[in-house]
Amino acid sequence: MLKDRTAIVGIGETDFAKRLHDTEWGLACAAIKAALDDAGIAPSMVDAMGCFTQETTPEFEIARSLGFGDVHFFSQTAHGGGAACGVVGQVALAVASGVANVGVVWRSRKRGDPGKRQWAGVQERVTDHWKWSRCQGLLRPVDEIAITARRYMHDFQVTREQLAEVALTQRAYAANNPKAIMRDKPMALDDYMTARMISDPLCLFDNCLESDGAIAMVIVRAEDVNTATQQPVYIHAFSQGLSPQHQLMTDYHGDDPLRSSSYTTAANLWRQSDIQAQDIDVAQFYDAFSPMVLYCLEAYGFCGRGEAASFIANGGMSVTGELPVNTSGGSLSEVYLHGMNLLSEAVRQLRGSADNQVAGARSALVTTCDSTPNGALVLRGA
Amino acid sequence: MIENIPLPATDDPVDATFWAGTRCGELRIQTCQQCDQMRFPPRPMCPSCQSQESYWQPVSGRGRVWSFAVPSSPLLPAFEKLTPYVVALVELEESPTLRLIGPVLHSVGGEVSGVEAKDVRIGAEVTVDFKRYSDDVAMPCWVLGK
Ligand SMILES: [Zn+2]
Repeated sequence: MLKDRTAIVGIGETDFAKRLHDTEWGLACAAIKAALDDAGIAPSMVDAMGCFTQETTPEFEIARSLGFGDVHFFSQTAHGGGAACGVVGQVALAVASGVANVGVVWRSRKRGDPGKRQWAGVQERVTDHWKWSRCQGLLRPVDEIAITARRYMHDFQVTREQLAEVALTQRAYAANNPKAIMRDKPMALDDYMTARMISDPLCLFDNCLESDGAIAMVIVRAEDVNTATQQPVYIHAFSQGLSPQHQLMTDYHGDDPLRSSSYTTAANLWRQSDIQAQDIDVAQFYDAFSPMVLYCLEAYGFCGRGEAASFIANGGMSVTGELPVNTSGGSLSEVYLHGMNLLSEAVRQLRGSADNQVAGARSALVTTCDSTPNGALVLRGA
Repeated sequence: MIENIPLPATDDPVDATFWAGTRCGELRIQTCQQCDQMRFPPRPMCPSCQSQESYWQPVSGRGRVWSFAVPSSPLLPAFEKLTPYVVALVELEESPTLRLIGPVLHSVGGEVSGVEAKDVRIGAEVTVDFKRYSDDVAMPCWVLGK
């Protein structure tokens, strides 16, 4: 088993902004160097690399920019928001098994420019599975999630006022995070309720930010951790998940479209984990769209199906709540980097150095996109 | 950014028969030759029995709205011009796990544009209609009512 055999010993982040001047390549280099500095490891020691298939800079450009030596493992994980935990988990497996010794993972992304929206690049003819939805008018990811959100809200009598708790709590977290893009933009329920719809029933504030930045992490074997100089966070459990009849984003063709790949990931994650849902101190749930937070609370077993809105009511996901969630402000209010900021925030929480620190946090759950093939990690503090 | 509505490729052998069907006003669902299970979207193998032989079964075109979205700005120019419009995910009468996405039309042969959230509800009965988008694309759309 992978259990506790590897640790994240370095995290590095660039600034986050609507627009940064550096290129994705340059931002990636800066984040990876910062993560290696945090770990106290020289770039020449790195021999494993993991990134997203959507990364625009190939591994060799990263390796020869940073001055890596002989690299022995490189892997890419697909499906954007579903990838982050897979990127970390795959490198951890390679390092744990001895294929390689020092791994770096990263995500660098410039999406602050509206012209870079993926849906805006749709072609005249659609040849893959998107032909069954985009041509019909479900053009953007928000439209795809609006379909499940409306059904979820209908089946479980969830109101917009209840869903607002996700965006409002995360905005409140962002106010204490100097790096959060929305730190100076407080939000009240009335702001949420009067915001323009983007795809009814989802409004502007149910959508993640469009932003620029990069984040990297360093992974080594537990026995190689230098506890005098490093602050390790152990990778306790990992799984990816792809449920029967799953379809990327338009995941409407299984027996129950509200039973996502998160259920597949969760079962296999908890099977391997000594730390169970009730033991988790802080969670980082992938939040490109706010309903995904409700879906994850249920899929990962923090409450029953249809109970997430009650679970988070009245501050349930705040720092003093039943389960603090997305404590940096997350993708809705800190930065949108395909969920890598959720991972770095989990590491900070377990180091005790988060801006919205959960008192005595020892364990964290990090998930990726509910509506794609996905993955999750249980992390454990030292 | 493209100016018109993106269209499905209709010449892929895996689903060309579906689009040939919509061009002649028929909704056809791929069905396994060996075990008769219907499947959508089309694919080269039956997930129940792994047979690669299939035929195309015309269905009633009746179903119920499982859910729907009402997209608004920012959109592609061609979709901006249509707002307000509703896109529904519909469960076919033949099997609730056969679900198709299509725009909701005002009436039989009517427009996509001008339909609002208040006009549609989850569970509403709908019937398929086909709207010509190009020489080769007759798009399955939904009209409220049986
Ligand atoms: Zn079969």
